[in-house]
Amino acid sequence: MTALLHVNGVHKAFGTNPVLRGLEVSLEPHEVVALIGSSGSGKSTLLRCVNGLESIDAGKIMLGDVEVSALDADLDVVRRRVGIVFQAYNLFPHMSVLANVTLAPIRVLRHSRKQAEGAALELLARLGLAEKARQYPDQLSGGQQQRVAIARALAMQPELLLLDEVTSALDPELVGEVLDVIRDLKAGGMTILMATHEMAFAREVADRVCFLDRGRVLESGPPGEIFENPAEPRTREFLDRFLSG
Amino acid sequence: MSASGDLIEGDAPYIDPVRAAALHRRSLRSSVVATVSTVVFLIAVGFATVNAPGWASVRYWFFNGSAFRASVGSVASAFLLNVKIFLVAEVFILVLSLVVALIRVSTAPVLMPLRFVATVFTDVFRGTPTLLVVYLLGFGMPALQIKGLPNDPVIWGTIALVLSYTAYVAEVFRAGIRSIHPSQRAAARSLGLNVSQTMRFVVLPQAVRRIAPPLLNDFVSLQKDTALVSVLGPIEALRAAEIYSASKFNYTAIVVAALLFIAVTIPLARFTDWLSDRQERRDRGTAR
Amino acid sequence: MRRLTLVPVVALLAAGLAACSAGNVGAAPSSASSASAAPSDCTPAAMQTYTSGMLTIGTDTPAYPPYFENNDPTNGQGLESALAYAVADKLGFAKAAVKWTVVPFNSSYAPGPKKFDFDINQISITPDRAKVVDFSEGYYTVNQAVVTLKTSKIANATSLAELQSAKLGAQVGTTSLSFITDYVKPGAQPYVYNDTNDAKKALATGQIDGIVVDLPTAYYITAAEIDNSKIVGQFPAQEGPTSEQFGMLFAKGSPLVKCIDWALASLKSAGTLKTIQDQWLAGADAPYFKQ
Ligand SMILES: Nc1ncnc2c1ncn2[C@@H]1O[C@H](COP(=O)(O)OP(=O)(O)O)[C@@H](O)[C@H]1O
Ligand SMILES: [Mg+2]
Repeated sequence: MTALLHVNGVHKAFGTNPVLRGLEVSLEPHEVVALIGSSGSGKSTLLRCVNGLESIDAGKIMLGDVEVSALDADLDVVRRRVGIVFQAYNLFPHMSVLANVTLAPIRVLRHSRKQAEGAALELLARLGLAEKARQYPDQLSGGQQQRVAIARALAMQPELLLLDEVTSALDPELVGEVLDVIRDLKAGGMTILMATHEMAFAREVADRVCFLDRGRVLESGPPGEIFENPAEPRTREFLDRFLSG
Repeated sequence: MSASGDLIEGDAPYIDPVRAAALHRRSLRSSVVATVSTVVFLIAVGFATVNAPGWASVRYWFFNGSAFRASVGSVASAFLLNVKIFLVAEVFILVLSLVVALIRVSTAPVLMPLRFVATVFTDVFRGTPTLLVVYLLGFGMPALQIKGLPNDPVIWGTIALVLSYTAYVAEVFRAGIRSIHPSQRAAARSLGLNVSQTMRFVVLPQAVRRIAPPLLNDFVSLQKDTALVSVLGPIEALRAAEIYSASKFNYTAIVVAALLFIAVTIPLARFTDWLSDRQERRDRGTAR
Repeated sequence: MRRLTLVPVVALLAAGLAACSAGNVGAAPSSASSASAAPSDCTPAAMQTYTSGMLTIGTDTPAYPPYFENNDPTNGQGLESALAYAVADKLGFAKAAVKWTVVPFNSSYAPGPKKFDFDINQISITPDRAKVVDFSEGYYTVNQAVVTLKTSKIANATSLAELQSAKLGAQVGTTSLSFITDYVKPGAQPYVYNDTNDAKKALATGQIDGIVVDLPTAYYITAAEIDNSKIVGQFPAQEGPTSEQFGMLFAKGSPLVKCIDWALASLKSAGTLKTIQDQWLAGADAPYFKQ
């Protein structure tokens, strides 16, 4: 099996509310997969489960040949291999941009400060944030903050990047700068699993699109197929609603 | 990779000079008005006090020049004990209360017994009047006659203050820790930081900033409560003042002690204000 | 006990600071009253007491033996209770016309009108105090004494020099405390307590080597309160800073002083004062310290 990520029959409920119901999805290395689906369909929950922020009730999540969902899994190790970027950025407000990006390399990977800062500055420059290194999150625009959050995740050199609606909180004119970054990441060969409402973007960059419906992947396939000729009526319904709204 | 969105970067800020001058005048006018009204208020209060029918007698009893001069030396040197107790107690309180708070917010099952102890500790010491704790430890512990236990009332009084205030301050810490949004924790954990690294580098620094004003508030209060140690025998400022007052039948020495307490409290209070203002500005997301 | 009752001080600070430099002295002490024949205005009807027809007497609580018994001033037992009733009787107040009120030591000399006719609470007469209150003639000449545990290092001290290295304690506001600082002058600062009970606790737990109290109190403590204690010795009053007497405390300029003084003088000459002292302070004796 060559899959980098394999989510196998995962169930997850919050109390009496089943959110994931036997969900299946897998990613090959360098693959970009977009998760679409209406709000509440379980996209964020899936991403949080993959990175161990939520535990699952049944099924299996494999990262390479490591079982993330095992009860005795070392999640700290798993999380070093999987980066996640949140809709609300979740930057550390008491730290400068540079400190946000270097915190984990220094504390988790035990890189020297010098080494970590060098790498971070390079990364920030790549993301167009070179001048912002010494500033604090509340001095940045939303788009800049989200790019810092991406830089922070990339600084750990993850094998897999999870993006959870990273443009939903942004003003429309700031969305582009973040999408540019993701485009570049794909070009660089990064494996990405992203929940998104940017259908045009998903269509452009995703190798595969999965439509989530009530905790299951109802339908998945190449973007052209899903967007133009969905097999499931519910997918069609969702897309119609989305494209008209 | 584009770096759009920084449209006006590089341009110098432009402020209309006429408008700037008007703004400057306005702020000048505000400070003049503030100063004048403060002075007028103080003069009015002073005038009303000095012209009260009993003022002469109050001045004799509380603001007696010769009693002031005669007592200020002994009260001020006794005040050093207050300062010493305060400084020592503060260090221990900060460390211990942080430990208690961390135990109380921990979730590890092995810490269950410690959590229980920490909860009982805060309940008991926060609920007991500090004076009683001072009495109980100061007279009770030496009464046990345990070998190796200190006998010095200053030590026991300080320990009592530490226990009492640790219970308070631990709750302040705990509230601060709990006020940090879980998403901050999730972000830190998602980067591979473990529980204690997350606490140390992400949660605590933010919590401490947030609780600095109430924390300082407790320390101002601690500064005053150092006077409680006097019931065990040591002569601190308030006691020195009391001794002077009782032997001369004049309360001026107590005013002297009050002035000393105020003198160290005011800088702490202004610092607290400054911190709160800064916090508020930050929370509103404007200047930093 | 003798806790401070602070009048709102802070509001007055601004104005008061300036006033401090001005320096001010209250009324001068009144001329000493004399105990001549019964003045005609010293009857319950003529005396301007706090409650007319009644004699209101203040003392602190707890009221300690041997000056009071069972913390109850109204039972007529103990030196000061017995004396107060004898004075009242002399002036024609029936027992029922005597009313006791609690006056913490610190508020006994507070400015403003007093809520008592006189306060009797082992208050030593000193010139400083007499500037702001009036005192009756002394009713007991008091010697200071040192009490310690039999096991203490100062248990067998016979001279002042042997007390130099001792940690001594006393109650705040007492002349016992002034006695330590002004007369004994030990190397260590004295330990000062809110009341004699706290001082006794500190002695019993070994936090201090000895406490200084007036001799009758010392006698009572050793005889009835702390098992293992003894009086190390007493200091003759005349060797102290002043010859020390207990007096009743009055508002400055109180017209009642001369009536009480007259009653005290009568009790003294009739031998009643001596009888009361002997009854309640019997056995209060101890060796004198050598210089
Ligand atoms: N921590 C939580 N506690 C309880 N319910 C939750 C929690 N997180 C998500 N849910 C619920 O799970 C469902 C799926 O949420 P989510 O995964 O965020 O959906 P999506 O990201 O697709 O909009 C929703 O009904 C939401 O209310
Ligand atoms: Mg979501």
